[in-house]
Amino acid sequence: MRRERVPIVVVVPAAIGAAFFILPLVGLVVRSPWRDAVTALTAPDTIEALKLSLVASLSATALGLILGVPLAWVYARVEFPGRDLLRALTTLPMVLPPVVGGIALLLAFGRRGLFGSWLDSTFGITLPFTTAGVVMAETFVAMPFLILTVEAGLRSMDRRYEEAARALGASRWRVFTRVTLPLIGPSLFAGAVLCWARALGEFGATITFAGNFPGVTQTMPLAVYLLLETNQEASFILSLVLLLISLLVLVGLRHRWLGSA
Amino acid sequence: MSLEASIRLALGPLDLDMELTIDEGEVVALLGPNGAGKTTLLRAVAGLVPFNSGHVRLDGKVLEDTATGQYVPTERRPIGFVFQDYLLFPHLSVVDNVAFGLRSRGTSRGAAAQKAVDWLGRVGLEDYARAKPAELSGGQRQRVALARALAPDPRLLLLDEPLSALDVSTRAEVRRDLKRHLASFQGIRLVVTHDPLEAVALADRLIVMENGRLVQTGTPAEVTEHPRSQYVADLVGVNLIRGEADHGTVRIPGGAAVAAAGAESGEVFAMIHPRAVAIYRMRPEGSPRNVWSGRASNIELLGNRVRVRIDGEVPLVAEVTPAALKELDLVEGGEVWLSFKATDVGVYPA
Amino acid sequence: MRKRIGLVVATVFLAACGGSGGTASTSPSPTSLSGYISVFAAASLTASFDALGTSFHKANPGVGVNLDYAGTPTLVTQIEQGAPADVFASADTTNMDKLTADGFTTGASRVFAHNQLEIVVAPGNPKGITGLADLAKRGLIYISEGPTVPAGKYSLQALTTAGVKVTPKSLETSVTAVISKVELGEADAGIVYTTDVAAAGSKVQGVPIAAADNEIATYPIVAVKGTKSSAAASAFIDYVVSGAGQSTLATFGFLPAS
Repeated sequence: MRRERVPIVVVVPAAIGAAFFILPLVGLVVRSPWRDAVTALTAPDTIEALKLSLVASLSATALGLILGVPLAWVYARVEFPGRDLLRALTTLPMVLPPVVGGIALLLAFGRRGLFGSWLDSTFGITLPFTTAGVVMAETFVAMPFLILTVEAGLRSMDRRYEEAARALGASRWRVFTRVTLPLIGPSLFAGAVLCWARALGEFGATITFAGNFPGVTQTMPLAVYLLLETNQEASFILSLVLLLISLLVLVGLRHRWLGSA
Repeated sequence: MSLEASIRLALGPLDLDMELTIDEGEVVALLGPNGAGKTTLLRAVAGLVPFNSGHVRLDGKVLEDTATGQYVPTERRPIGFVFQDYLLFPHLSVVDNVAFGLRSRGTSRGAAAQKAVDWLGRVGLEDYARAKPAELSGGQRQRVALARALAPDPRLLLLDEPLSALDVSTRAEVRRDLKRHLASFQGIRLVVTHDPLEAVALADRLIVMENGRLVQTGTPAEVTEHPRSQYVADLVGVNLIRGEADHGTVRIPGGAAVAAAGAESGEVFAMIHPRAVAIYRMRPEGSPRNVWSGRASNIELLGNRVRVRIDGEVPLVAEVTPAALKELDLVEGGEVWLSFKATDVGVYPA
Repeated sequence: MRKRIGLVVATVFLAACGGSGGTASTSPSPTSLSGYISVFAAASLTASFDALGTSFHKANPGVGVNLDYAGTPTLVTQIEQGAPADVFASADTTNMDKLTADGFTTGASRVFAHNQLEIVVAPGNPKGITGLADLAKRGLIYISEGPTVPAGKYSLQALTTAGVKVTPKSLETSVTAVISKVELGEADAGIVYTTDVAAAGSKVQGVPIAAADNEIATYPIVAVKGTKSSAAASAFIDYVVSGAGQSTLATFGFLPAS
């Protein structure tokens, strides 16, 4: 079968582009001291960081689903003035530098923050330096991915199925849970996985808002950053772990990228 | 027990103003060209489309009334709706689809499943209970859609073009089955279709709609024998002229006077079957009172007949044999003369 | 890490045009030294080294000085990964020894200052902290630098000496990070250097630590191996340990080198 030759003006930049991404990853794999991998991975601080990262990222995903799906539904189904502005604001964290997000969180939820000071004086609850703070920081940066993906799914689904369900006597809640959610299942899943992956890798907002303490707020990315100063080889190994997780997510979602069911 | 609706709504280019009353003893078909508003009317009755003014009453109970602001949401109306594309839930099995309406209305899982299986048996699909809709053929899906709509025992059954998604070969058989099921259904039945064959086959009464308005209503026989709109005339395949009767003639817009036996006075329809129209290359002599010149604008071969559309003072379609056409040596654009007898003109009040 | 863009690189051309008259001070006449040096200094040296950099450049207009501040271990990592530093000023000897042992220094390092610890709190001392023991108070948010940061290490030693057991709520990467959080009101207290408290001015307040519990921090300075401006680097180091440099450091609260 005749194959069209790809023009050189395309091949060269594409190859350079690919190399730009592949070389750092290869470097990480090659430089990692595989013999010390087990020691690095089983050090108590590492296990703490891993556990904390998993708990926090899963919590952030759960929170993202609880708050994000209704938001996505409103964006996809309800017309109201200012909707585009609101959508832009709630997806801002996707392009905002994470540290800026952390600062914004401090100003709102820190001890002297708009809402945080009220929390402190009324309930004595402070969010910075707590695991809850980590979850908040991660949710803040990761939820927009979920919202956008789910919104796209809701927009592209055939709404007549919802009419059919109503004509069969289903209440609006039943329509949502038995028809809408299953039909947007792929988008929902993709959104949740993207949200989880982003939450897992979050660093800037976490270290600014939640701080850094092993077992409480020191997630994997923070641990890697600090290990770079104290135990470089261990930081390479942990970086690889995070890299592999991210790679698995992307490969697993390759058919569902950007929300098309 | 009946459905009584009066609905006025504007939706995009459609301006709809319709009244209908349907008793439970008759199957009614809403017939009309695309864009007439038939599906919109059906959906308005179901509560899926808001309307500007009017009301919908089922068995005496108000489902919607703009005057009083009452509105019963779709999910609380005792209706069954069969959609044109069936809209079977792709993520549920066939039996779960059929049970959906029962489960939504509170029936327990076991009882609903049992009833669903019964219904599948009634439509001959009991072996497909566990299958997914995507695995079924078009005709099978149509039957599942019907079973799904009927399983919760609705009072009002609404069908939107139930056969149009099927290919012609399966349509006839499915139509027969559908007729059977409609006959055994106890409630009120309203079918929307653009296919006259479907309408005539399924319905006891036709309601013909065009541009959101009622054009004609009656039994299939009444409607086809006395069409009251160009649309129906075209469906039936006859020529229809509307004009003012004046003792033996019908004066049509444009001035021509058609000789028609039985035309007395008042606004009338004049119906002429194409078979009754003869064509000549030269002005004919003879008893027919109606002789007109014209130009053959379209010649269509339909099997063993030819239909010739003639434009002129009295525009008509004539039907001749292919041999006759050959003898006439007629081509499109050619000049012709047509004639038909006054006694071949069917006249009835408009 | 806070990158502080120090001074504009003066060209030889401008240096040649630089006048010698006008400044009626006791500062030595400008030298003809030229080059560009990048100084990596511990975070606690921010204000003082800014001043040192400015006066060094005035005395050596031909030398451009760039100052980079961060927690000491961070700077060590950067230098070892190839960051282009010419001079390294550390907040303890441990980090300096590491850099030397790993072979990234030229010549012997020289101690140029000492420092002491102080507790930093919000202005007005709202939580009423009087000493190290109060840091263990219930409900008090105490944060510290990480254990590899010199200040963090010294803090741990001071607390151990005083017999106080307290777990910090966060391990920050530098003294400046700790001060920021206390300034912001997110943390109630931290342990930093007396110089840091002085440099932060009215934004924070200091609570002294008993001399018996306090630690003395030792600050060495060295030229980094492979520096391209070894003359300028040496000149800067000489300046820091010179009388002029020492008195500048003293004004910021540092204890003398000897």
